[in-house]
Amino acid sequence: MMKTGRSQFWHSDGRRLSGLSTLLLLLPFFAIIAFVFVYPILQLLVISVLEPHPSLDNYARVVENPVHTRVLMRTLWIATLVTALSVVLGFPVAYYMSRAKGTVAALVAVCVILPLWSSVLVRTAAWSFLFQRNGLINSALMALGLTSEPFKLLYTQSAVVIAMTHVLLPFMILPIYGALRSIPNDYGRAAAVLGATRLRTFLEVILPLSLPGVVSGSLLVFLTALGFFITPALLGSPQEMMISTLVSKQIREVLDWPFAAALVGVLTVFVTLLAIIFSKTLRFDRLMGNAS
Amino acid sequence: MKPPTDRSLALGAYVYAVLAFIIVPLVIVIPMSFSQNDYLAFPPSGFTLKWYSEYFDSRQWRAATWLSVQVALLTALFASVIGTAATYAMIRGRSRLVTAFQILLIGPIIVPHIALAVGLYLFFQTIGLSGTIPGFVLAHTVLTLPFVVFTMAAALGKVDPNLEAAAMSCGATRFQAFRLVTLPLVLPSLASSALFAFIISFDEPVVSFFLSGVRQKTLPRRMFEDIEQNLTPVIPAIATLLIVLSILILLGAHVLRSRSVTR
Repeated sequence: MMKTGRSQFWHSDGRRLSGLSTLLLLLPFFAIIAFVFVYPILQLLVISVLEPHPSLDNYARVVENPVHTRVLMRTLWIATLVTALSVVLGFPVAYYMSRAKGTVAALVAVCVILPLWSSVLVRTAAWSFLFQRNGLINSALMALGLTSEPFKLLYTQSAVVIAMTHVLLPFMILPIYGALRSIPNDYGRAAAVLGATRLRTFLEVILPLSLPGVVSGSLLVFLTALGFFITPALLGSPQEMMISTLVSKQIREVLDWPFAAALVGVLTVFVTLLAIIFSKTLRFDRLMGNAS
Repeated sequence: MKPPTDRSLALGAYVYAVLAFIIVPLVIVIPMSFSQNDYLAFPPSGFTLKWYSEYFDSRQWRAATWLSVQVALLTALFASVIGTAATYAMIRGRSRLVTAFQILLIGPIIVPHIALAVGLYLFFQTIGLSGTIPGFVLAHTVLTLPFVVFTMAAALGKVDPNLEAAAMSCGATRFQAFRLVTLPLVLPSLASSALFAFIISFDEPVVSFFLSGVRQKTLPRRMFEDIEQNLTPVIPAIATLLIVLSILILLGAHVLRSRSVTR
């Protein structure tokens, strides 16, 4: 350390913080993440293999009991269905959004971003009003003469799938929109000049280039859907639980901590592995409403 | 000749149908909140403010709201300070912790909230933080930190490091250079990240659900119980107020972004 005084600040090195300052600034972040995130999750994983005695018995109960495997399968199925529905509903919106200009673009952006920042409980409550026996959907169906008896909509798997798609749709639209926006306009024009029809330009240029966005959005929706709690807890049937509602039941009613910890372990390890495998395509920074 | 427009018309119709699917369930609670119907039937009838006064007059609803406001304000403060300090260190520092930082940052987004909620429920009970304001604030700070860091990384990344170097060559300390040069440049982003942290905490349902005690219940937890048990017409009134709050937060963030020099 020969350099002294202020002259060092003119070296490119001088713009950097010292190692000690860096550490001090990072300390609160690492401390809170370690104590309030890493430790509680690790503690659960430890309980799941050590209690009531060291073994994998708790995990065996998850995969051997048909009631529990049905819950796992249902969770995977619902998450897949919600992801597929979100692609089908979300892609055209993202495409339209990337093409729109001025007021229309702003309006579409508001429709996508406002729900993202409004309470999940508000959105779930809204669906529970809509799905009531005498709610809007049944009233409309009966007024149109499509049915004489109100349907049972609330506390069904369909209700959970529809409401979860509604809640998670923005997580699909925004990454696709981001990918579509990063395609230079010239590409489409070049394809047109070369004689491609609009459909062919879309299928052979736009669609392949937007795939990273589709993959990123699908993963985000799928991973979030796997652990979703509020919507299945309020709109689903107690006979058709998802993994998170089963966890809640184990803790609040059965008080079986080791088994609940194993369920959480299965969910967390599965989600984390998927996230690691696809870590290159996940773009979380696109969720901050950078679209507007 | 222009290509046929019925394809784009069909696209437009489909897109507006999806947008209606997104927006109608949110909007529907607004007329319901003014309905005189006691049992949430559709269509709403008449006009009354009684559900709003029921909310504001209820001691339980007021207590839950006040708890959530306190938690959200403290979360916004902690998350934006801790997040900004860490982001600044990552951008200006000479750290080999970058990879660890990035992994730990993504963690709270990837790991299901139910897992964190259950883990914290157990941990906080053993150390007596369950159902306390510090407990809620710590949990919500972890959940909101990634969003603060994303916003601040975008803002701080655009501030030329030579500006601070110039200030320091004129005799400013590192802290003065940050406070007088960099901070004013990123202040709008800092404010909007605090706004986002506030609304995420205020609306956070899952962790709050498990950390709430018998007496200390956040607003989302109280709403959950109400929807689960009897679904009273107070819920549309509260939902309407929450939607208005979300709109105000987004408007605030939008104004801040348009003011930002580092945009």
